[in-house]
Amino acid sequence: MLDVRGLRKAYGDLVAVHEISFSLNAGEVVGLLGPNGAGKTTTVSMIAGLVVPDGGQVLIDGSPLAGDTDPKKQRIGLVPQDLALYDELSALSNLQFFGALYRLSPAVLKTAIDRSLTLVGLADRARDRVGTFSGGMKRRLNLAASLLHDPDILLLDEPTVGVDPQSRNAIFSNLETLKAQGKALLYTTHYMEEVERLADRVVIVDHGRVVAADTLDGLQQYAPTGAGRVSLETIFLALTGRTLRD
Amino acid sequence: MQAILAMIRKDLQLFLADRRAVVMGLVAPVAIASFFGSIFSGSPDAERAKIPVAIIDQDRTAVSRGIVEGARGDQYLLVSNPTADEARDAVKKGTLAVAVIIPQGFGDAAGRAFFTGAAKPELNVLYDPSRSTELGLVRGVLTEHIMQSVSAEMFTGDQGRTLVDDTLAAIDAMPMAGQQQAMLRDLLQSARKFYSAPAPAAAAPAAPGATAAAPAPRRGLSMPYAVKEEAVTSGDNVSYNGYAHSFAGMGIQFLLLASIDLGVGILLERQRGLWKRLRSAPISRLSLLAGKAASGSLIALLTLTVSFAFAMIVFGVRIQGSRIGFAAIALATALMASTFGLLVASLGKTPGGTRGIASLSVLLMVMLGGAWVPSFIFPAWLQRLTVVIPARWAVDGFDAMTWRGLGLQAAVLPTLVMLGFAAVFGTLAVARFRWEEA
Repeated sequence: MLDVRGLRKAYGDLVAVHEISFSLNAGEVVGLLGPNGAGKTTTVSMIAGLVVPDGGQVLIDGSPLAGDTDPKKQRIGLVPQDLALYDELSALSNLQFFGALYRLSPAVLKTAIDRSLTLVGLADRARDRVGTFSGGMKRRLNLAASLLHDPDILLLDEPTVGVDPQSRNAIFSNLETLKAQGKALLYTTHYMEEVERLADRVVIVDHGRVVAADTLDGLQQYAPTGAGRVSLETIFLALTGRTLRD
Repeated sequence: MQAILAMIRKDLQLFLADRRAVVMGLVAPVAIASFFGSIFSGSPDAERAKIPVAIIDQDRTAVSRGIVEGARGDQYLLVSNPTADEARDAVKKGTLAVAVIIPQGFGDAAGRAFFTGAAKPELNVLYDPSRSTELGLVRGVLTEHIMQSVSAEMFTGDQGRTLVDDTLAAIDAMPMAGQQQAMLRDLLQSARKFYSAPAPAAAAPAAPGATAAAPAPRRGLSMPYAVKEEAVTSGDNVSYNGYAHSFAGMGIQFLLLASIDLGVGILLERQRGLWKRLRSAPISRLSLLAGKAASGSLIALLTLTVSFAFAMIVFGVRIQGSRIGFAAIALATALMASTFGLLVASLGKTPGGTRGIASLSVLLMVMLGGAWVPSFIFPAWLQRLTVVIPARWAVDGFDAMTWRGLGLQAAVLPTLVMLGFAAVFGTLAVARFRWEEA
């Protein structure tokens, strides 16, 4: 469904992303892992059309994304790392606005809003101002806002940052539902246990390059010699080192 | 189009959501414009503020007393008579704009300088340098009173008589031909007879029992003309309404300040990740900026409409000129302001830093545009420079359509210039806008 081929992006002398390639299939969750500054967010931004790559292609069902108004962007839903919501407006007004950006008709938009709010458990808070929501509720609404146009591909950039275990669990349930519906999910996070729970495959990047891409079982090949079956975090540290990146 | 309309609706919702900001955005220009309008309204019924002036008469002659009396009766001056030290202290403290010291010997020397070209005596003037405009007015008013007093004394007073006597005694020693000396002697002897004759009003009563008339006032030179002033407005019965100008100026000032909110709002949207969501949708860059420009223009128009509506209802401001022209200028001004907001967003980096720099730019713009004080008090080079300030065109345009009562033709140039500014601001904003959201 989504093919990322040789994506490259540099800011002056700094190469943020260097020839990154991977693919994402329907009904699959791919975890995109990497230390801070590894190029995860830049990669996601290039897939979402926020950043123009210096090289490489983003293919959706074999066709490259071309320009800001390419209708294929309709098939992508972005869940930004930030809480990209208007605190001053109600949840309903937020969703009405974000849905209108995808040119949904009023009837379709209403159905989509009801469906999304129900999925994330906020249907009864639709008319409340977002500023009154807890962090977890905002995170769930952040997800709902990305689902209105019923995208096939969901790009999730650290969607559980700063939420309590209950909200995190609720978001996981939402994502598992979406996966079951056949959506393709690209999931970036620093929480290894999230990837272990959700991901079918994992792509680990560092210094703008893919250093490993495999299933959770397949990644065991990178475990330290003689360590037996190890956690994803151990493998991650083995591949990316223990040097602080901030 | 649906996306643009959605952006407009959302921005209006955001604008109206902050009720305190809405009230301040609408009340502040009205309040400040009302204040400035009351100052510059130029109402003929308004009590004229007199300039406080101290006159210290160290001469104590008929001439100096005449000057003091003349100044006391002047409608523009509020005269006091402190000592020289007190006057200097008052000017220094700012409680007095101007102090005039008439030095000893001034009257005598002024009289001689008047007729003989002798050295002119100096009048000492102490003034507050922050109130140089009032100094200019005082100088002009005092010139009239000094000329009247000196000429009255020289034509009808003792000092004039003495000068004639002294000149007659010195004629024989003057380096001129005998015939010229004789002619001058005849002239001065006629003048002496004139001085010696009793004044008409002081003559004996015409009939027995009649009361003697009061002495005729001394008369000197007076202004040889009277001024008939006519304020040229939109019509014979239409007086100048200073509120029209002040509401135009303050309206534009707050329009531009609101445009900073538009620009900073975009930066805040970027900071909060909202711009990522907007950019990930299949919307063109032009549509995104057009939506922002449209919502900014609507909010600007709302501000202008409320301001002028208040001015019309409360202060009787009227569109004496073309209503279509007024609407065209308002639209063009709103568009100019919103594109200025986009430019702010495209050039700014952080919301806080951008607000500071943009506020300074706006304040300079409205100051140079004549929104605070009339631009005629600027130096000539600065007045020429203000043609590149959009606020000036907006103020001039609104003035033309309101109290000047000019027709649609007078709205064309300000409208086109404003649209030109909008095009420049918009083009620069598109060119410099940071589109990438990493």
